[in-house]
Amino acid sequence: MAATRACGAAANTSENIMSLKKALSVASPLTLRIVAECPVTKARACDLILPHSAVSTPVFMPVGTQGTLKGITVDQLDALGCQICLGNTYHLGMRPGPDLIEKANGLHGFMNWKRNLLTDSGGFQMVSLVELSEITEEGVKFKSPYDGKEILLTPEKSISIQNSLGSDIMMQLDDVVSSTVTGPRVEEAMHRSIRWLDRCISANKNPEKQNLFAIIQGGLNTELRKACLDEMTQRDVPGFAIGGLSGGEEKDDFWRMVTLSTDHLPREKPRYLMGVGYAVDLVVCVALGCDMFDCVFPTRTARFGSALVPWGSLQIKNKQYAKDFEPIDSDCQCPTCKRHSRAYLHALFKSDSAAMHHVTIHNIAYQLNLMCSVRQSIVEGCFPEFIRTFMKRMFPSRDQYPGWAVDALASVNITLE
Amino acid sequence: MAGCRMKLELSRVALGKGRLGVLKGLGKTGQLSLEVPGCLLHTHLGTVPHLTQDTLSTLSTLPSVTQITLSNIAEHQEVLEEFKDGFRKFAGLHDTVLYCALHDPATPCPTGHTTNKTVSVWGSGGRIELTVAKFMALQKAVKPDWYQSMADGETWQINTSHKRVRKSVDRSLAHLDECLLVHQKSQELEGVEVFGVVEGGDILEERVRSAKETAKRPVSGFCLDGLQTGSMDQALRTQLISAVTKELPEDKPSFPLSVRLLQGVGRPDEVLASVEAGVDLFEGFFPFQVTERGCALIFNFNISSNPELAVLEPGEDQETAGDSQHNGDLNPDDQTQMTSFEINLKDKRYQGDFRPLVEGCGCYCCRNHQRAYLHHLLVTNELLAGVLLMIHNTAHYHAFFSALRDALAEDTLDLLKRRVLGQTERKD
Repeated sequence: MAATRACGAAANTSENIMSLKKALSVASPLTLRIVAECPVTKARACDLILPHSAVSTPVFMPVGTQGTLKGITVDQLDALGCQICLGNTYHLGMRPGPDLIEKANGLHGFMNWKRNLLTDSGGFQMVSLVELSEITEEGVKFKSPYDGKEILLTPEKSISIQNSLGSDIMMQLDDVVSSTVTGPRVEEAMHRSIRWLDRCISANKNPEKQNLFAIIQGGLNTELRKACLDEMTQRDVPGFAIGGLSGGEEKDDFWRMVTLSTDHLPREKPRYLMGVGYAVDLVVCVALGCDMFDCVFPTRTARFGSALVPWGSLQIKNKQYAKDFEPIDSDCQCPTCKRHSRAYLHALFKSDSAAMHHVTIHNIAYQLNLMCSVRQSIVEGCFPEFIRTFMKRMFPSRDQYPGWAVDALASVNITLE
Repeated sequence: MAGCRMKLELSRVALGKGRLGVLKGLGKTGQLSLEVPGCLLHTHLGTVPHLTQDTLSTLSTLPSVTQITLSNIAEHQEVLEEFKDGFRKFAGLHDTVLYCALHDPATPCPTGHTTNKTVSVWGSGGRIELTVAKFMALQKAVKPDWYQSMADGETWQINTSHKRVRKSVDRSLAHLDECLLVHQKSQELEGVEVFGVVEGGDILEERVRSAKETAKRPVSGFCLDGLQTGSMDQALRTQLISAVTKELPEDKPSFPLSVRLLQGVGRPDEVLASVEAGVDLFEGFFPFQVTERGCALIFNFNISSNPELAVLEPGEDQETAGDSQHNGDLNPDDQTQMTSFEINLKDKRYQGDFRPLVEGCGCYCCRNHQRAYLHHLLVTNELLAGVLLMIHNTAHYHAFFSALRDALAEDTLDLLKRRVLGQTERKD
C-alpha cells in the first residue's frame, strides 16, 4: 500500500501544523490547507486538519452506519490508512441512543476509533425510509421499524444527538427530497433546509470541537441550487456538502449540479459530495472540484462477493473463479490479495462469513488507494494524465466511456482520445 | 509409517488423572510441537470462523495443529486436484500441522445415510457420498499431515440397537484396513499420519473390541468417536473412555505416538473429566458454538497460589449465566443451548456495562472493547460481534487448556476442577 503510506507522509507534515496550531491556541476545529491545485481541472489536493487527526484529500470515507464498519475491526481500518469514517445519527440515535454513547465517551469511545468521525444527520433516512416518515416544518416524524415507536427528529434533536456522539464533522439536518422528485416540493425542501441550517447552527453546543457542515439542496434545478448556494454560503460554517444527488437521477443532470455547486462554493472550505462512491464518479467529481466522498457501495457490494478492481469488478461467487488461483488483483497490496486467491475466496463464501471480511478489506483498500493515487497525481501536476490512464484501464474501449463522464471531464478541459 | 518423526513425550502419567506431555517433531520441518492435553484449532475450510489473518494474529498462543473437515472440503475436490499443491497452500496457511477430520463437530449431520461401503458428508450443495476410494482421493488432494480414517459413527442416537453399534465397529475397522491399503501404496501420502477411529456407541464390550482391534493396526493416533456432547452423560463417557484407553498402547516402540483425540466434546466440565479418563486432544469447536449464540466465555480457571482463597465463594468477578443452568439440566439434544461457563451478551443487563468481557483477559476484544459495545453489536446484528466474540472465546478457551496443563504439572487438578465446576453449581 505504498500510495497510502505516501498520503500518510503528507499527513505527518499536517501533524506539524497541528502542533503549531495548538501552540497558537487556534479555536477552529477545522483547518483546510490547499496543498496543490490542478491547473487544468478544478481538482485540489488538501490537508484537512480535524480534531482527531489530519485527513489527506481527496478522501473516500467508508461508512460504518451503526458504529462499526461491517466485520472490520478499528485496527484493521486504521492499518488500511483510513483517516475518517462515517456513523449515522438516525441509527445510533435509536440504538443504543445518545445517552449511552455519551457515557461511553462519545462514538469514538464507544467504538474505540481514534481517528475522525463524520456523522450524517438522519436526513437521508427521510428518503430511504420514506414510507415510515412524515415531514413538517418542525422536523421529521419517524416510525421506528424496531418497536413501532414514533420519534420526532428536529434540527435541534439531530444536533443534540450528534453532540453526544462527539463526531468531528456533523451534518445539518436537511429536508431531503429524492432527486427524481420534481415540482414545488423541491423548492419547499430547499428553503426549509436553509431554515434548518440556521436552527442547527444555533443548536450546536460544541462549535469549538465539532464542525457543522451545511448541505446544499435544490434538486436538479439550476435556479434552486443557485439560490441555495447563495444563501448557505452566507453562513459561517466550516464546510459544505452537496446533497440531494446520487439518488437515481440521470448522470447528465448529476454532474451539472455538482459542477454548478463547486463553482459557487468557497475555495478555502472543503466540499463534500454525499453518497458518491463508484470509482468513475469519484475521479470525475474530483476533477469537478470535490474533496470528500462517502458511499456504502464498496463495503456493501463486498458482502455480496463483488471485488472492486481497476478494470471493474469481479463477482467472486461466480463459478468462473472456482479454479482461478490468482489474487483478486495481483497489483494490490491489501492483506487479502497478499495471501488469498480468488478460488479460495470463492470456496470460502460457501463456508464462512470471513469471506465477506476479506473482500470488504480489499474493497476499502481499493477505494483508499484510488484516492491516494488521485491525490498524488494532483500534487505532482499530472492529474489529467492520471484520468486518461484510469479511464483506459476501466473501459475496454473509447466508445464504452460513459457519455456523461466524457462531457463532465470536457467541461474541465479534459479531452479523452 | 515411513519416516515418522513425531513422538509423544509424556512427562506425567497418572491413572485416573490424565496424561501430560508434548507431541514433538510435527509439521513439514518437524519444528512444531503441541502440548497435551490440548485442543486443535477448529476451522471452516482452513479459516477460523469469522477471522482473517489480521484478527487471528491478535491471538498470541494458538495450537500448532489446524483442523479441517471433509464436510467443508469434499465439494471442492476438483478444484484441489487441479490446484495440485495441497490444501495448506490453497488456503494460504503457513506453517501449521493440518489434521483432516471427517465431520464438523459443530454441525450435527443428518443420520440414516451410512452404508456398508459409504459415509456421507454435507457440503453447501447437499449430501456427498464417500466411498473409501473417494475418501482417499480427497486425502491425496488435500495432503494433510494427519487424517482420521473413514468411519461410521452413527451410534449416538437414542435407542441405537446393539446390532447397529456392532456394525459401526465392524465397518469402521473395514474402512480403516482399506484406507491403510491405499495409504501404503500412495506416494502422495508418504509421511502422512493416519488416526484410527474407535467406535462402539455406549456399549462397553463393543468399545473395548473396537479399541483392541484398532490398536492392532499401524496407526499413529486414535480418534474416539460417537461420544460427543449430548450423546450420553459424562459418567458413562468417562467409563467408556477409561476402558478404551486401557487397550491403547502407551509406550511401545512400534507406537511412538498413540495420541488420543476425543471427537465432539468441548465443554470445560466434560473436557476435565475426559482428560482424567485419558484423553490427550480435543476438537476446539466450543468457542465457535459459544460465539454463534452471542455469548462470551467468562468461567474462571485461575487457581490462586493460596489454596484457601481458591475454595472461597467466588467474588464479584464471578458471573452466572442469564438463566440459571445446572450441569446436566441441559437438553441433551440441543448443543446450541447456553452453558454456565458463559454470559449472554444480548441480555439487557449488559447494555450499560462498560467493563471488558473478562477483567484481565489480554485478548484484542477485552483490551479494546466493552460489554456494552458487544451488546450493541449483537442487538443490531452487526458482523463485528462474531469477530470480536470469536477472538475472545478462542483466547479464553485456549488459556483454559494452558491452565489445565499447569494444573497437571503441579498436581493441582482438583483445585482447578473446583474452580471451574464450582460455577456450575451456583444458583441465581
